[in-house]
Amino acid sequence: MNVLVYLIPISLLLGGLGLAAFFWTLKTRQYEDPEGDARRILSGEWDDAPPED
Amino acid sequence: MAAPVSACPACDAAHIAEDTAGKGYAGNGQEAKRILLSLPTAYCAACIVGVEGSLKQQPGVRSARVNLTLKRASVETDPDVEPQVLADFLTSIGYEAYELDAGALTTTATEKNSRDLMMRMGVAGFGMMNVMLLSIAVWSGAADATRDLFHWVSGAIALPIVAFSAQPFFKNAWASLRVGRLNMDVPISLAILLASGISIYETANSGKHAYFDAAIMLTFFLLAGRYLDHRTRAVARSAAEELAALEVPRAHRVLADSREEVVSVNEIGVGDLVRVVPGARVPVDGMVEEGESEIDRSLLTGETVPVFAGPGEMLSAGEVNLTGPLLVRVSAAGKDTALHRMADLVAMAETSRNKYTSLADQAAKLYSPVVHLLALTAFLTWMWISAGDVRLSLNIAVATLIITCPCALGLAVPAVTTAVSGKLFKQGMLLKSATATERLAQVDLVVFDKTGTLTEGKPQLDNLGDHTDDDLAVAYALAQGSSHPLAQAITMTVQDEGIRPARLTEAKEVPGHGIEAIWNGQEVRLGRAEWLGAKALDRTATYLKIGKRPAVAFTFTDNLREGAAEAVAALRKQGMAVTLISGDAPAAVQDVAFRLGIEDYRAGMLPEDKVRAVEALAEDGRSVLMVGDGLNDTAALAAAHVSISPATALEATRVVSDIVLLGRSLEPIGGSVALSRSATKRIKENFAISAGYNVIAIPIALFGFATPLAAALAMSLSSITVSLNALRLKGSS
Repeated sequence: MNVLVYLIPISLLLGGLGLAAFFWTLKTRQYEDPEGDARRILSGEWDDAPPED
Repeated sequence: MAAPVSACPACDAAHIAEDTAGKGYAGNGQEAKRILLSLPTAYCAACIVGVEGSLKQQPGVRSARVNLTLKRASVETDPDVEPQVLADFLTSIGYEAYELDAGALTTTATEKNSRDLMMRMGVAGFGMMNVMLLSIAVWSGAADATRDLFHWVSGAIALPIVAFSAQPFFKNAWASLRVGRLNMDVPISLAILLASGISIYETANSGKHAYFDAAIMLTFFLLAGRYLDHRTRAVARSAAEELAALEVPRAHRVLADSREEVVSVNEIGVGDLVRVVPGARVPVDGMVEEGESEIDRSLLTGETVPVFAGPGEMLSAGEVNLTGPLLVRVSAAGKDTALHRMADLVAMAETSRNKYTSLADQAAKLYSPVVHLLALTAFLTWMWISAGDVRLSLNIAVATLIITCPCALGLAVPAVTTAVSGKLFKQGMLLKSATATERLAQVDLVVFDKTGTLTEGKPQLDNLGDHTDDDLAVAYALAQGSSHPLAQAITMTVQDEGIRPARLTEAKEVPGHGIEAIWNGQEVRLGRAEWLGAKALDRTATYLKIGKRPAVAFTFTDNLREGAAEAVAALRKQGMAVTLISGDAPAAVQDVAFRLGIEDYRAGMLPEDKVRAVEALAEDGRSVLMVGDGLNDTAALAAAHVSISPATALEATRVVSDIVLLGRSLEPIGGSVALSRSATKRIKENFAISAGYNVIAIPIALFGFATPLAAALAMSLSSITVSLNALRLKGSS
């Protein structure tokens, strides 16, 4: 059972990474134009502008 | 074989943009200006590139970004760029665009709120998954020290997360408890808090059962329901705001040196001089200083007959100037106009509607006391059975609280509302109020307004056969040059008859009166009865006088709006009574009622009469749906059980109505009642499903057999069934 000492923190850390990524997407406003973002991926333009609206 | 035609011809313009993309314009050093444009027809990937690229090429534009979900473009420019220029430019290259009034859009608050809810949901989801991993170990038989360790770790994850994520429920519960009422959030908060509390106690005493997973799962499911609810409302609100923002109110202000400038209505003050051109809506209240014209008051009073306006006459905001330019001295502008004072009447009428309790509240009212009593009874009974074992009794009480599962109840309504509002939006109906569908489902009587609602407010000549060809030719020739709606109606009808206009000389329009000219040496006039010395009929008419002959009347009826007949027929078929209440003259109202087969109609009703009529119907126990567009309907719309107004109505009217009809046709109204009845049925089914789960689960909990595993199963199963049931709505209707 000693392995739990590593496994529990590791699972928490991995979950925490996912959570941090979710926070980042929220903070960079990636949920504001789901329809547009789904289409933008198809355009060949170089696009690094942050969404403004 | 022909080459495939581009699905989006406008998108081909994208190529122009691609060549020059990436250059960027840094601005001229002055402060940036934010312009919002509405793009109702944008839908494809190439449109985004096309709009953004070509906007960036315009002089003064610093950056542009399209939001396809909201169908909007946000542009940053130099301060001297006019929004109208950009909108016209986009329209000219094939993307229909309209300027939006950025001040009328208050999306930031809702956006922040929705991000906040999403963040709490994300955190709860993260915690739920981790705690669940640990719980599965416990359920599959971890014992002794291992179980305690897992409980402690679960607690360490769950407690801070619950404290953060469940805050919206705690706040709501506290707010409602403070005023001495019970809402859904009270049992929710109590269940979460008690579950957390007993779990800590059990863990500390090496107990078998801890409910950390239940507490956090409850939070997650309920947040999901809350988020759905919030999103539905936010979408409706943003679309409603868009409607408001499309009308950028402007006025032509005449300066002291008789120059003219176009300013926003907000900048107009009392005493200013404003020019109102023919065809424009009067932007302010005021007195006519100069000029004569006719005024269309139909939006304010429902009258279809235009009234004369000359120096000294008072005008109100919202009226439409028909023939001649007018100079108006402002007596009230903005919030002080008669248009806005109507709000008082509305506020009074609205109090009756606030009495409506939604199905969710009704369920909460039933649910909360029952659950609390059950838990208390369970606690007391087990205290007696076990001869004072507080720990066991409390455990059972908490299990009862959790297993009664308010999360299915929390999802029952939002899941259905999300589905139904999406469906209605596709049919062109915008749901503004959360309880509108429930109220719409109860309707048994429909009150229609006439002018602008059942009819288009566009007159059509109806006594063509009464006139000689010569008369028609002269009337046609006179009417040709005028933009007056009655004149245009004559032109249209006579033209279709194949009659050629008579040859006139010295034709001139006398604003406010009519048109006169010389024909074969005689004076001919087309216009108002008083001007010609004729006797006025009590319906919409204009008069033609040739030489000394007595005047002849051209009478008009109003065209029915598209889908009006279908809507009335569909409502009838569903067993609803249909009534017509109008402010117009009896003859005109009777005519429309006859054409639509409405037996019950009332004419000449003032705004107060309309409210009283609607209130009287409500007192008779009828649930009234009011459909109207005029300012004179506004108070009645607010007094009705539920109300619908077309998008052509003034903003003040749209604000009080629960549903806005986006398209031209009235037809969706018929189907919407059926759809909302089906939605209400789904909501009730959902409540029944949750109740069904409880009937099975509560005895288990009461007899002390409930484990955390049973609680988790009941919770997720009922939530999923309820959501799936809500989705069934999409298939039906």
